[in-house]
Amino acid sequence: MASSITLQIRRYRPEDEREPVWESFEVPDRPEWMVLDGLNYIKDRLDGSLSYRWACRMGVCGSCGMVVNGKPVLTCATYLSALGPDPVRVEPIKGFPVIRDLVVDIEDFVRKLESVKPWIIREKEKPLSEGEYLQTPEQLAEYKQQAMCINCLLCYSACPIYALEPDFIGPAAIALAQRYNLDSRDEGTEERMDILSQHEGIWCCTFVGECSVVCPKDVDPAGAIQRYKVKATTDWFKSVLLPWGKR
Amino acid sequence: MWALFSSGGMLAALVLPALTFVLWFGIPLGWIAAPSYEALVAEIGHPVAKLVLLGVVTLSLFHWGHRFRYTLYDGLQLSHLYGMIATVCYGGAATLSLLAAWVLWTFP
Amino acid sequence: MSYHSRVDRRWATRRAANPEYEPYHPKWHRKRVPIFWWLERPAYTKFITRELTSLAVGYAAVLLMVQVWVMARGPGAYERFLAILASPAIVTFHAVVFLFLLFHSVTWLNLAPQALVVRLGGRRVADRVVLAGHYVAWLVATAVVAAYLLWGVP
Repeated sequence: MASSITLQIRRYRPEDEREPVWESFEVPDRPEWMVLDGLNYIKDRLDGSLSYRWACRMGVCGSCGMVVNGKPVLTCATYLSALGPDPVRVEPIKGFPVIRDLVVDIEDFVRKLESVKPWIIREKEKPLSEGEYLQTPEQLAEYKQQAMCINCLLCYSACPIYALEPDFIGPAAIALAQRYNLDSRDEGTEERMDILSQHEGIWCCTFVGECSVVCPKDVDPAGAIQRYKVKATTDWFKSVLLPWGKR
Repeated sequence: MWALFSSGGMLAALVLPALTFVLWFGIPLGWIAAPSYEALVAEIGHPVAKLVLLGVVTLSLFHWGHRFRYTLYDGLQLSHLYGMIATVCYGGAATLSLLAAWVLWTFP
Repeated sequence: MSYHSRVDRRWATRRAANPEYEPYHPKWHRKRVPIFWWLERPAYTKFITRELTSLAVGYAAVLLMVQVWVMARGPGAYERFLAILASPAIVTFHAVVFLFLLFHSVTWLNLAPQALVVRLGGRRVADRVVLAGHYVAWLVATAVVAAYLLWGVP
């Protein structure tokens, strides 16, 4: 008889109950299955009302982030068999309001991401006739790590400050702001500084570092934030001590 | 403010273990040949030493103030008391730093 | 007004106009963060312990100043102070404070490579090297402090 593994899912049906509840399901324990395969099995064969997000099933879209056994992971990238034999607990990512079952509302993150202007800002765009912007491999290496972000929000789930401070912009938004600040084609560092140098920007962060630990794409948002703190501080000192310099 | 915190943290990390080991364990417990009272007074009384000590103490105090403020906000969820906490942490650090400056200034 | 309160307001208006809308109100579940959130995961507990080392740093700064002040009051006062420092209760307490100071140093220096990206001639210096550099600095600072305290101005 094929072995099976228990998935304990944190269900929330707002039309039926006021609080989330745990519900257990038995799914086959196949060695090649990810947690996402287990969830799909439940939805296909056991309970079609289970709600969750997923898309690419290969770790690039950032849709399937959930908290599995207390750790925020991409469910398409976590082997089910590696988590057994005890029941595997699956919950929605922390820090965001739960709409239903494992689906959370991410509007707060989207709003904060837009506020840091994650696009190339230039005084004047080069006309197409002049060709493309050129960038050396060294210039690319400056911001490449932060460009890997897939907006999966695992870092927001891991960050205790995001759960505690409602206005904190959060690790991914700051990392993406840095991705554009460090891009040689971008001229918008000052514009972003207004948002980032607020208390709810980089200064809320106390370098817990969990965001970088759980990031599936090795973006290292914690490092990006600390480096931006150093930069913001040195810029401030320069502007105070050398006010005649280029601001 | 963060500059005070980070420089204080670095100085404290580099210098405080050695200082406290010698002054709290080495000398009182006789683990090392203690310098005489006069020698110690001369060492601490040197103007450069006074400046360095003042720097270490002031920055360490502000490191504590800034970090403890956030520990209270996040660890005990007291951010609604931000006025009182900021006053105690930064005011306390500033007051103690002024006291330290006075102690060192009047040191023979 | 936040997005969530705008949504709530919209639904409240519709519900007032048409009571049958109640079942469709999006009752999003927002979990309150418990006061002991930092006990839930070892990483968080380690973080809070690391942050609490700031108390040890502040205490060390204050006690150093107290010691200097006592020294200014003469050799007798200094001897009495040393005797208090040597008492078992104080030594035990200071042993704990010293461990916290060490924890501060180790965690602070270990985080330095993540916060400091050093570039030499276009290439990024490896994290291990930055870390080693910081530990060497710690060793040098310790040696300088100990030498100065024990053997004074040359």
